[in-house]
Parts: sequence; C-alpha cells; structure tokens
Amino acid sequence: MDGSLATAERPIAIAILAMGGQGGGVLADWIVALAETAGWFAQSTSVPGVAQRTGATIYYVEIMRPQPGRQPVLSLMPVPGDVDVVIAAELMEAGRAIQRGLVTPDRTTLIASAHRSLAVLEKAKPGDGRADAGAVLATAAQVAKRFLAADMQALAERNGSVISAALFGALAGSFALPFERAAFEATIRAAGVGVDGSLRAFAAGFASVSAAAEAVLVAEAAPTIVSGGSEAERAELVRAVQRVEKEFPAPARDMLRHGLRRLVDFQDVAYAQEYLDRVAKLAALDSAGNSYALTAEAAKQIAVAMSYDDVIRVADLKTRASRTARVRAEVAAKPDQLVGTTEFFHPRLEEICATLPAAWGLALERSPFCSGLVRKTFEHGRRIRTGTLGGFLTLYAISALKPRRRTLLRHRREQAHLDAWLALVTQRAASDYRLAVELTRCRRLVKGYSDTHARGQSKFARVVGALPLLAGRADAADWIRRLRDAALADEDGKMLEGALATVATLSLPEPVGTIP
Amino acid sequence: MAERSFAREVQDLKLTAGQEFRGEGILAVTKALLQSGVGYVAGYQGAPISHLMDVLADAQDIMADLGVHFEASASESAAASTLAASVNYPIRGAVTWKSTAGTNVASDALSNLSSGGVMGGAVIVIGEDYGEGSSIMQERTHAFAMKSQMWLLDPRPNLPCIVRAVEDAFELSEASNTPVMLELRIRACHVHGSFIAKDNVKPKFTLAEALEIPRRDTGRIVLPPASFIHEQEKIKQRWPAAVKFIRERGMNETFPGEYDDIGIILQGGMYNGVMRALQLFGLADIWGESKIPLHVLNVTYPLIDEDLAAFCRGKRAVLMVEEGQPDYLEQALHAILRKADVPTKLCGKDVLPMGGEYTALVLVDGIRKFLDRHAPALLRDARTPPDPGPVLRSDPVKALLPVVPPRPPSFCTGCPERPIFSAMKLVQQELGEHHVAADIGCHLFSINAPFNIGATTMGYGLGASSAAAMQVKAGKRPISIMGDGGFWHNGLASGVSNAVFNKHDGVILLVDNHYSAATGGQDIPSSRASNANRSTNHPIEAAVRGVGAAWVRRVDHTYSVAKMRDTLREALTSTAPGPKIVIAASECMLNKQRRERPQFNAAVKRGERRVKPRFGVDEDICTGDHACIRLSGCPSLSVKDSGDPLKEDPVAAIDNTCVGCGNCGEVAEAAVLCPSFYRADIVHNPSAWERWLDGLRGKIIGALQRRRDASRLALA
Repeated sequence: MDGSLATAERPIAIAILAMGGQGGGVLADWIVALAETAGWFAQSTSVPGVAQRTGATIYYVEIMRPQPGRQPVLSLMPVPGDVDVVIAAELMEAGRAIQRGLVTPDRTTLIASAHRSLAVLEKAKPGDGRADAGAVLATAAQVAKRFLAADMQALAERNGSVISAALFGALAGSFALPFERAAFEATIRAAGVGVDGSLRAFAAGFASVSAAAEAVLVAEAAPTIVSGGSEAERAELVRAVQRVEKEFPAPARDMLRHGLRRLVDFQDVAYAQEYLDRVAKLAALDSAGNSYALTAEAAKQIAVAMSYDDVIRVADLKTRASRTARVRAEVAAKPDQLVGTTEFFHPRLEEICATLPAAWGLALERSPFCSGLVRKTFEHGRRIRTGTLGGFLTLYAISALKPRRRTLLRHRREQAHLDAWLALVTQRAASDYRLAVELTRCRRLVKGYSDTHARGQSKFARVVGALPLLAGRADAADWIRRLRDAALADEDGKMLEGALATVATLSLPEPVGTIP
Repeated sequence: MAERSFAREVQDLKLTAGQEFRGEGILAVTKALLQSGVGYVAGYQGAPISHLMDVLADAQDIMADLGVHFEASASESAAASTLAASVNYPIRGAVTWKSTAGTNVASDALSNLSSGGVMGGAVIVIGEDYGEGSSIMQERTHAFAMKSQMWLLDPRPNLPCIVRAVEDAFELSEASNTPVMLELRIRACHVHGSFIAKDNVKPKFTLAEALEIPRRDTGRIVLPPASFIHEQEKIKQRWPAAVKFIRERGMNETFPGEYDDIGIILQGGMYNGVMRALQLFGLADIWGESKIPLHVLNVTYPLIDEDLAAFCRGKRAVLMVEEGQPDYLEQALHAILRKADVPTKLCGKDVLPMGGEYTALVLVDGIRKFLDRHAPALLRDARTPPDPGPVLRSDPVKALLPVVPPRPPSFCTGCPERPIFSAMKLVQQELGEHHVAADIGCHLFSINAPFNIGATTMGYGLGASSAAAMQVKAGKRPISIMGDGGFWHNGLASGVSNAVFNKHDGVILLVDNHYSAATGGQDIPSSRASNANRSTNHPIEAAVRGVGAAWVRRVDHTYSVAKMRDTLREALTSTAPGPKIVIAASECMLNKQRRERPQFNAAVKRGERRVKPRFGVDEDICTGDHACIRLSGCPSLSVKDSGDPLKEDPVAAIDNTCVGCGNCGEVAEAAVLCPSFYRADIVHNPSAWERWLDGLRGKIIGALQRRRDASRLALA
C-alpha cells in the first residue's frame, strides 16, 4: 500500500496487542522512530500498569504526514472500526483485538503471530483446555481486510532474537506503511541493541508475510518395523503385527500398532499378545455398522491401561540413550557444554509396596510397624543425578526389575482394575453399544502418579458408579460422557459432584454392579 | 535500582532553549520542573507515574548540579509532608504519586498544607489511575481538590500543553498561596511527543539558605485560632487570587467554531478524544479546527464562573464532557448558569455515561445524542463515524466469546512468590481453607488462577490490619499477607505493631522480594543491593522484632516449597501467643535476571566456568494431568501435543524462557506429583577435569545404554 491511507485528513492508526514482557513497547518505539526519521509526526501511548506482569496489554501509535507549521491532534486510544494496522503478538491477542472491534473488513490489515502462549486457565485443566486456535484464524480471515499470520515467535527464536523484531519485519512486509524496507532496517540499526539478531528475525518476519507460509501437519505413520531382542522375540512380534492385519477391522489397526509398540516397549511381546487378546474380545462384539468405534477406542484405552506408569517404567525411560540426547536438544546445549540432569522423586509407602512381590507388598502394607519404618526411612524427596554413575546405576537397577513386573503388587492391582472395567464394557456392549464406547473412554480419567493417580481412579469410580442411576435410559451414554467431561474440567471434582447430583435426580430403575 | 533504566533518556533533561525534546509525557514533566526552578522533588512510585520516580532517580546527578534535592519518599504521606518546605520559604517544590490511592494516603498532610497555605510554589503531579490499564478502585482526585481547596489542573494531553501546565502551576500556586495538583491520565503519562525546550533554572532560594536563616510564622500553623482564619483566607483571598491568575494567564482555552449556537465544555484531558470524535463526524479536522466551539478546562478546579457563563451565553445548548463520577463539574455548571441567568440547555451525563472511561466510541455516541437533541440538522449533514457494531455482532466474532481466554497479569517466570502460594495451597490441602487477607503488590496476583488465594485487599501495607477483626478464638487462624513495599510504606506500624499491641493470634506472611517490585523494582529500606544514594540493607526481621514480635520465622529461599509449607504449617498450628510472623525472602526474579544476566554472559564470554540451571519435562513420563501447572502457573511451564496417539491430553512442557528457579521440581517433589520433571545443569566452559570425568561417565553409561538398546525388542 502507498500513502492511500495517509491522506491530509487522517493519520495511520496502528494498534499493537501484546502480553507483558513481549516487547510491545519496543515495537511501538521502532514505529515512532521510523516515522519521525521519515519526517512524519508520530504519537504513541500505552497502558502498561500491572499488565506488564504477563497480562494482555495494548500499545497505540498514530503517524501523520506533516504540514508546515501545523500540529495534528491525534487520538490517545484506538477507535474501534477505525484502525489501519493491528499487530497481535500472539494468536489469542489477535482474537481479543477482533473482539474489541479494532479489526474491520473495510480498513484493517491484521498481522498476527500464529503461535500460542497458553493462558493459565487453558493449561491448568486436567484434560485438554486449550482454546480453539482454528476459530480465531477463521474469524480473522473473515473480518480483516488483510490477514497475515505466521509463527513469529519461532522465527524470532530461530534467528536468536525476540518477537518484536519478527513482527516489525512482518509490518514492513505487509507494505501497510508508506516506508521502504531499508528505512525499517535503519531503525533497528539506529536503536543499536542486538542489531544482528534483530535484522535476521526482521528478514524472516518480512519473508513470512510476503510468501504464504503453509503449515503442514504430518500424521505419525503407524509403526511396522521390528528390531532388537532375540530372533524368537522378533518372530513373535512380527506375528503380532500380522495378527492386527488379519484379525482386526481396518479402523482400529493403526491404533493397535501404536498399542503394540507401547506394550512391547513396556514389557515384552507376550504382554503385547495379551493386549491383542483383550481387544479381540471386544472386537468380537463390534460391527461394521458401528464403524468399529468400540474396537478403535479399546485399542487405545487398553494399551494405556496396560502400560501403567510405575517406577520401573520411569526408571527405564530416564536411563535411555535417546533421553540423554533429547534433554541436550531441549535445553539447547551447545556441543562444548556439559549437561548434567537431576531427577525429582518422592516415593511413598504405596509405591514401595507396589514395587514388591505381591505377597510381600501386601504384608508390608498390613504391618503398621514395618510400614511406619519404611515410611520414615524412604518416604522423602529424593534427587537423583542421572549423569553420575551412582545416580544412573540406581535407576538402571530399578529398570532391570522389568522381567519380574508381573509378579509385583502393582501389576496385580492394575490387572484387577482392568478386568473389572473390561467386564463392565463387555456386559454393556450388546444392550447399549454407545454406552459401552463411552465407558471405554472413561479409562482416560486414570492417569498420573501418586495422589494424582489415586484422584483419577476415584473420579473413574464415581463416573462409572453412576451407572445404576442411568440403567435403562436411552441417553445413558450421553450422561456418562457428560460426567467424564465434568471430571476432566477441574482438579478437585467440583464439576463432577454437580453433574453427579444432577444424575441423582433422574428417575432410576434396575440396579447394576459397579467397579470397585 | 529500578527495573527500567532511564540513564540515556535523562541526558535530554540537559537540553537548552530552542532545542527539541522528544520523549514520554512524564519525562517532559521532569524537564518542565527543572525549567521552573524547582528546589526539591519527592514522591512515591506507582503506575502511571512510576517512570517519573525512576526518571528522577536516574537524573539525580543532573538535579544535584542544579542544586535540586530529590527524595524517594517512604509513602505518599511522607511525600506530601515534604511540601512543608514551601510553607515558610519561597522555594518551589514538587511531589508525585499514583492517585487516588496515593492521594488517600497523603490526605492528612495535604489538608494541613492547604489550610496554612504555601509561600513557594507547591505542585503535586498526580497520575490519575482511571480507566483501562488502571490497577485500583475507580475514583476521582477531583474530590480532594474540592474538600481541601487545592487547585486541580487537567491539561490537554500533549507535551507542550503539559510542560506549560507545570510552569503555570508553580506561578498559580505562588499567586494564590495554594498547593496545585496537576492531573495526568494514564495515557498522557506514557504519550510520546515533542516540545521545544527552555534552559533549566537553578532555584532562586535554596534549601541551605532556609536552614541557615530559618523563618517561622504561627499564622501558618494549623491550630486555633489560625485554622479558623485559614478557612476565611481560602475564601476571601486565595480563591479570588487564583481566579484572577487563571484568567489573566489564559489557562483555560476557548476555540471558536462556525456552529456557535451550540458548544462543548470539556476537561483538558478529554480534548484529544473529543477532537477525534468530532473528526469522525466531519465536524473537526486533524489540525485542531473544530466547527463546534470548544471551551477547554485546563483548570478543572476552581471553575471560572464568568468565563463559563460567557461561553454559554447565546447558545441553545452545550455539552459538558466530564469523565468519572460524581458529576461535580456538571452540577457546578448548572449552578453557575442558573445564578448568571443563562438559559442555555446543559447536557452531560444524560447523553454520556455516568461512570467509566470516555473512550472514542463512548464520546462518539454521546456527541451523537447531544446533536440529535439540540442540532439535528448538523447531525444529518455530518459524516457517519465508523461503526464496528456489525462486525462485532457477526456470528464469527460472537463465536470467539468462549474461545479467547482472559489473560490477567500474573507472577513472572521464576517469580519467588509463586512457590509461597504453592506452599499455601499445599498447607490448605492439609489444614483446610483459611481466611486470607491480601494486600497490594505483585502477591495480589494470588487471587487469580491457579492459586485462588485471598479474600480482601484494603490498601497498600494494610494486609495485616485488614485481618484485625478476625483475631478471635476459633478452629483456624486468619492469614494475612503483606509485601515488603507495603511493610515499609506503613505496614510495620499499622499491621505488625498493631498486631503485637492487640495480641493478635493470626499469621502474618511478609513477602520480602528485596524491592518495591510491583511498581517497577524501586529500592526500599530492606533492599539488599547497595545504593549510593540511599541507606539499604535494613532487615525486616530486625524491624518486626523491634516492635515486639516474638514468633518470627524467616525462609531465605522461598523456592524450597517443602520448607515454606512446613513453616506455614508451624505458624498455623503453633501454641505460641501473639502474631506468628513468617518472612518469605527471595529476590524478585525480574530484577535478579536484569542484574545477573549481563554478568553471567560476560563471564562466559571471558571463558569462565558458569553453570546455568534449566528445567524440563520428560514428555514420555508426563501423563498430561497438569497438576504441576495448577500448583505453579509459571509462564514458562505450559502444555503441548505429545505426538503420541495414545495420549489424548497435551503434556507439560517447559520453554526456553525458563530461568531455572527450581519451583516446578520443588512443587513436584513437595506435592508428590510426578517424576517427569528434571533439572538440567548446563555447564559453560567446563574445566578439563570435568570434561575428562564426563567423558568417562559417558563411556560407561553409554555402554550400558547400548547394551540395553540392543536387547530391547522394538516396533518402529
């Protein structure tokens, strides 16, 4: 765009929506400097206040081509419906700009970073509380005159700079302001802070809006290649993979292969075969008319349930070579830097008992004296340095218990829970297929470690415990789904309590058994 | 030292006559003070004038060259009292604070000051924290001007007008022996613009002269009979003197317009908003030419009855644009018009909202209603202002309502206060919910998710005293929170000493982050840094023991969540009498990073060995329950897709903004959450011995890992 925006009558209005600490002020200062260097009149304002502390905040700039001897009277705040350029330093802030009326189809170029910085409310949910980014992208494309978006945060990080530089580049690349690219770059140079990185990020931002950047999501292919172990084990695993092909309906196969991979990694190939046996029992009750939804869901949930999170698995995952490499990449360590990791453990009596052979574990649990002693000796926070031999060998030794896992107390308990749950699903599959699917999905509530695991199990028990109240109802499946969603909505189960209270008011015939 | 440095900008304060000054509004105020020959400056930080205090602190050398004394006052009340130097001596003084919070605190001194009156010009620069961006209750400073009879300036929000208002304020103060408040709204404080500078002026009469040849006048002291005389002086001498000065100086401005049968009267601060609204109707241009006559009140108290009546006379109707409530100006204007027998119709809060910020859209709407009633022909011919209504009412935009999450301010990454509230959450999980009296400061972010702690906030430093009624025998004790900023502001006396004296039984949690952090990291008496201009390092513990507190526990590393939790539990269950005081001390991370990061980088560049801790989450161990986030809320701890089709919920992840404070690991450990957190110590420039050891460990560990990898049956 040339100066068609900038008539003698009106200034160019630019609003920047950012979060505290994102450098929205720096971006506003650059725009002011850019305009003033070009001989334009510039006014900027902001309302930082406490919003500087990570909250949403807004910066506003108006620039005006000067007339000799005259001072323009500019606004100190954006006028909804009358903003030329909106720059949002995060995707939901673009949504907020739209909600404030700052983005209108007749006027506004909306430049947004497509990355997400999740608000506390989004990430604190026990399930997936993330806002729907697609809704903002779709709305933005509809209500803006031009909508330019790219992951400016990633562009900035890749170029060793901050998001304000990438956004400044995108502003230049949008050609919404009547200034040349060189003038933008000169502004960065004149500011004199982190110039090289800023210029690289600027160039990346510029390019990102000039060429339509497309995000390609590649779905992970289901695994089929067998490696490691003995020849016999490999042959058995190949048979298991073939079984998936032969015995199961197509819609469940990918998930089954993922399940196989998880369980062979968790225990051994025999365990993986057990998994297929369990799913097969449910698949036998399934039909093409139902698109095999029950089988697909069971393939996922049974795999998760069978690969429960115990100390052996944690120790195994933390001592792998691939993990050492991943940590180095995650903390962006350079080749000449050393990285030592420290793990945080807090074993409780429950976990210690669970890691003992079933009989011993039960005996220990029942003996107040012994359990008190164990509690005193072992139950406190432990930090294990996996980079040292002592720390590594401790975890390595624990992970070596894997072959004995089936004899341990934890395994016995997990099996009992699994069997009871699957019995319940099986029992319902014939009479109320949708209910069976929903009951299968409820296993999702059980996850985590220690208290979290216990809380998950209790939520699961309460949701499934509502079955007698729902017996015979055509909408039983819907109620179970609602209860599960409520259970995932908050930590202490207040939503679930409310939902259960509602269920209790429904009419109630025939009682049915529940899971312990 | 404050969070933001103005070391470069303050050099502009040395600009001389004819040079162009470019910068923020409050920087311009500082320059105007120096151009006015101010003798001393004091104040208390708080948005929107925090930067003014920071600018002054950074400009101390420049001010010292001019012989100007600067104080970072202990409170607004201390700042207001500083103006006593202008009572008996012809010295100009200026103080500043956030209003109305600060004006409330300062009121005692202001009442006394304005009763006795001043000889030297006394100016109070008020940061009016009203509307968007405000962090306090929505009130007006106007009431204080009225009750104490101080003059209130509300200049048009551009730099030349603000600078002129500062200069006029001193003269008005001296001409009427009355302190003058200069009100700047949030955006005006931060507005970037320019003005042509004048030379700085040294104070004509110095503080040293005052000390060496002291003067007194019992007629200026607020005690009967003088106090009764003061009231008469206010009415009979100071008020008329002020009116005379304001008119002669032309402080209020009238802008003519072709449609002179109507008009708009407005506060100076509303000028740019009103002009933008008129521009959108095509009733004004961008260069300040309005078709409707305007009368701009750059002085909103006192009102000049004759000028207002003269502006209204002959007009069918005028619109009073007055932001905030009650409608003091509109009421006064009604009285003025009636007394002057001017029949002009007066609109105001009938077409504009009674409360809330007057944004451009609000003004457009109000002006439309005014024109519709009193100049419908004008409205018919006017341009139609842009209307975002249709867009806002469209389905895709309405659909965003449940999508876009609120984003209130919160604790920064690595904030030492986060673990304190994690610990409180853990204690409450054990002992049940407690009544928690909160205070003002960063710690008030505890009221939001994920902590949801805190029931009331009564004012800065008033956390402990706001739990005063709750000190009865009960199954649970009240907990009150107070920051170090509030503690030194007044909380030591009003909170701690009060609790000791009244034998309170509750817990007082003092958050000591080494700064007045929420206002921008200014130093306070207990700051640990050495500050050439201030005396610091006065421990809070010594202060509370000094006023008689006996049960005092100090946690010097708040990130030790378990220790923090145990200390709080002890405080809540101890049988000791008197208030149980817990001092939770760790440095504000924002300031710590600002201080340490350059040192760290420089050392690494020199080739010295340095270790940087960072935290991470093993994504294959995390189960996606997010309990860690509910106990932490750290901005660097977020969630991401696991990439594992078997995991439905996103897993926790820590990004590269992590400063390695350790809170998440501590929380995971203390709350017995999960073992997915790890700390990675990144060793920059490791020693040769370290490299050798690391190599040896790597060989042995690598061999074990390879052995197991080979035997591990896998499907890929």
